[in-house]
Amino acid sequence: MRALSRRKFLKGSGALIVGFSAAGLTARFVTIPGEAVAQGINGPGSNQLDSWIAIGADGNVTAYTGKCELGHGLYTAQTQLIAEELSVPFERVKLIQCDTAFTPDQGTTSGAQSHPTNFNQSNLALAGATAREALLARASTRLGVPVDQLGVKDGVISVKADPAKKVSYGELIGARTFSMTLNPNAKRKPASEWTVLGKPIPRVEIPGIATGQFEYVHNVRVPGMLHGRVVRPPSVGATLVTVDESSVQGMPGVVKIVVKKNFVGVVAEKPWQAIQAANKLKVVWTPGSGLPNQRTFHEYLRNQKPTRDTFSVNSKDVDEKLASAARVVKATYHYPYQMHASFGTACAVADVQADKATIYSATQAVHPLKSTAAMVLGFKPESVRVIFKMGSGCYGVNGADTVSYDAALMSQAVGKPVRVQLARKDEMAWENYGVAFVIDQRAGLNADGTIVTWDYEAWTPTLGGRPGGNAPGNVVTGFLAGFEPQAFAARTPAPDPTNFGNGNNAVPSYVTGCVNGRCGGTGRVASQRVMTHDVKSPFFTGPLRSPARLQNTFAHESFMDEIAASLKADPVDFRLRHLSDPRLIEVVKSAAKTANWDARPSPRSGIRRTGIASGRGMSCVLYEGDNGYCAMVAEVEVDQSTGKVSVKRLVLANDCGPISNPDGLRNQLEGGALHGVSRTLLEEVTWDDQKVTSIDWRTYHPLYLGPDVPKVETVLINQPSEKAMGSGETAVTVVAAAIANAIFDATGARLRQVPFTPERVKAALDARA
Amino acid sequence: MSIFNLKVNGRAHTVDVDPATPLLYVLSDDLELRGPKFGCGLGQCGSCAVIIKGEAVRSCVTPVSAVGASEITTLEGLGTLEKPHAIQKAFIDEQAMQCGFCVNGVVMTAKAFLDRKPKATETEILQAMSGVLCRCNTHVRMMRAIKRYQEVKS
Ligand code: FES
Ligand code: FES
Repeated sequence: MRALSRRKFLKGSGALIVGFSAAGLTARFVTIPGEAVAQGINGPGSNQLDSWIAIGADGNVTAYTGKCELGHGLYTAQTQLIAEELSVPFERVKLIQCDTAFTPDQGTTSGAQSHPTNFNQSNLALAGATAREALLARASTRLGVPVDQLGVKDGVISVKADPAKKVSYGELIGARTFSMTLNPNAKRKPASEWTVLGKPIPRVEIPGIATGQFEYVHNVRVPGMLHGRVVRPPSVGATLVTVDESSVQGMPGVVKIVVKKNFVGVVAEKPWQAIQAANKLKVVWTPGSGLPNQRTFHEYLRNQKPTRDTFSVNSKDVDEKLASAARVVKATYHYPYQMHASFGTACAVADVQADKATIYSATQAVHPLKSTAAMVLGFKPESVRVIFKMGSGCYGVNGADTVSYDAALMSQAVGKPVRVQLARKDEMAWENYGVAFVIDQRAGLNADGTIVTWDYEAWTPTLGGRPGGNAPGNVVTGFLAGFEPQAFAARTPAPDPTNFGNGNNAVPSYVTGCVNGRCGGTGRVASQRVMTHDVKSPFFTGPLRSPARLQNTFAHESFMDEIAASLKADPVDFRLRHLSDPRLIEVVKSAAKTANWDARPSPRSGIRRTGIASGRGMSCVLYEGDNGYCAMVAEVEVDQSTGKVSVKRLVLANDCGPISNPDGLRNQLEGGALHGVSRTLLEEVTWDDQKVTSIDWRTYHPLYLGPDVPKVETVLINQPSEKAMGSGETAVTVVAAAIANAIFDATGARLRQVPFTPERVKAALDARA
Repeated sequence: MSIFNLKVNGRAHTVDVDPATPLLYVLSDDLELRGPKFGCGLGQCGSCAVIIKGEAVRSCVTPVSAVGASEITTLEGLGTLEKPHAIQKAFIDEQAMQCGFCVNGVVMTAKAFLDRKPKATETEILQAMSGVLCRCNTHVRMMRAIKRYQEVKS
């Protein structure tokens, strides 16, 4: 394993030598003992241009980013960004991503935050613009011509009137530092001039992946590497009593049994040997702490104490408005725990020596992992280096962090590099699930059928989460090794909201979002109350693609449809009447138009109660209150004899500001849409009184390739003069409600609990009046 | 431990392993191949597929001792970066993946099927792919790439 300094590294690659010390990086990641920064998404980055961009003597550009490729095309898009801002060919930009020894601390690559963070007037994009202006200023001095008379092409600056007068980037700065800070006023290249950014450049990793050459973290091999296998407790809450090492004595290849508090692992020379030994190892555990009954779990959530209560909005007139309304509509919605359930199980390679450690990991958070892995190992953070290597798509906090601790602990115990890849059941039974929800809603309507008040109250369980910079106990391995999850901070009553953000993704699209006189919502309903009760979860939880927004949008958008149906109003028209945000209105109209929306109330008239019924439904969202607009029309068929729902077609319109790579964006939207179908129709974590029972693809049901896949059509709305927003979580968010509304349109049966299994659909069909 | 002589992508290899070792581990750990991957280890996802005698075989549930003298083809045995196989090229041209971790299973399963049944109908292809998983849900593009391969072949 090579521990190159960035200095040497850059020398070796012929790029710039820069002052960028490891000590400087650590100092910027400050942790407060006992307080987890669990949801921190964006790190501090760096205000030093040299932290982001280096130009070699040959004029080639090396850029450094803390936002990594997770399969969403970000590596290619960031390369396009730098090529564009610096006017160099795409091929001459080398992007170095997510290595704590080299790249700025940008926290976590998540939350659909990469595009807004690195493609607006800050961080990577600003570094590109700052560098171009700095180079132009130098060229102006060198050529004796004012900047406005200079042009740039392919890394060469020339005098517009006399192109023979020119100087290259390599000549201007090659292999020397800029030694300047980012200029917050540096001018980005306007989208109208883009030639690389905004184009459907193919992703750079794809040829290597398609031909089996690409190195995932799973393929990292280092000399002397051993293989580890974890032995997780048999039930939730079980603790270790004894490990009988003699039970695996003499088994081929076994190197060591590793025990630390409740963490148990087996290290062997080869993976198959480690697996055999882990299966055979006699371990005695205490009984588990028991789990609440799954059948009544939603009632259980409602009754949990203590709670942490949050008002996202509260106009304080909701009870009064409900009392005086001409009509009140009510409904309750249930959402299950779901899991990331990555396609490949999590894997990491750690090389822990006496005083330093290197970890190869597919974590979304290299700098935070450096800090927490150091805690797990009892090291100082500066003794740990984390190098990102792509893994299987994660969709949030999957097993990548936990397996990094697994590998680190086992490597430390044997003093040799150890690779760990989790067993399918070990990942599925213990990952940080996307949260369940119970949501009660009430709406007051006036006599002319306008919503005058919207009331929302929800209960949702939480435990652990992202480890952030100092809470390794937020994921299972850290917890087993003796670290506590972030403490549950009860809070009742909820304080009044102080500002509107909708970052917690709880507020419906149809309210004004007014807090302290400032209105940030996308709708027209002024009387509004949104109250969320967090309660303690029996399972670890964490961000899963569209955290809270997916569950809440299912409830909000289904409810909007129920209200429209109670008034015999067309669902699209009724939405438009209650929306105020022009961009949200535009995506709704655009999806409806593309789908040839047939305007009429739901359910459709003349429904036959047998056979196959078909219908269409609409749903929309502004993700996180400011991070991506999306609307979807779903067309479904329901087999009324079996309750099986077939999604035939999904049409979605998306607006995430200026589009950096239209093909990459489409890929994200298509994937998000089908991920949504899978989660709406199939996915649910299950458990018995002791343990999770959804532990493989026969007990946790995903959408396979094959006949159940609908057509997906995407409409991209480009907004070159707006801010860059995220698009990784918009499409998945709107699917459940669009399908629920389509089922209602087809059959008159309302599904209020995800997933819409044939049994649940059948029950709803049978319950029709 | 026992000695096995394997023929993989046209090359002979000798390994000394426990006969019960699934072929997948031999390919990815002893031979350090990157195509076949561990997804579930249970025969439920397709991630570990290799082609043996024209069939897509799930190497995670195939003991190395069951392979015998049959030639094994993995993803890297189809084509190279410079000269990708037609089905690999179809996946590159359609940008038919996100994380790409599942691509081995999708490509090897589709190739084995279409090579046996070049004139398969759309319904037959869908049926053939229905035991293969992609959690990034890149299904739409993958089906496009598979059809493109079918067209190029004929
Ligand atoms: S890894 Fe072999 S089928 Fe899943
Ligand atoms: S592309 Fe990620 S699992 Fe298929």
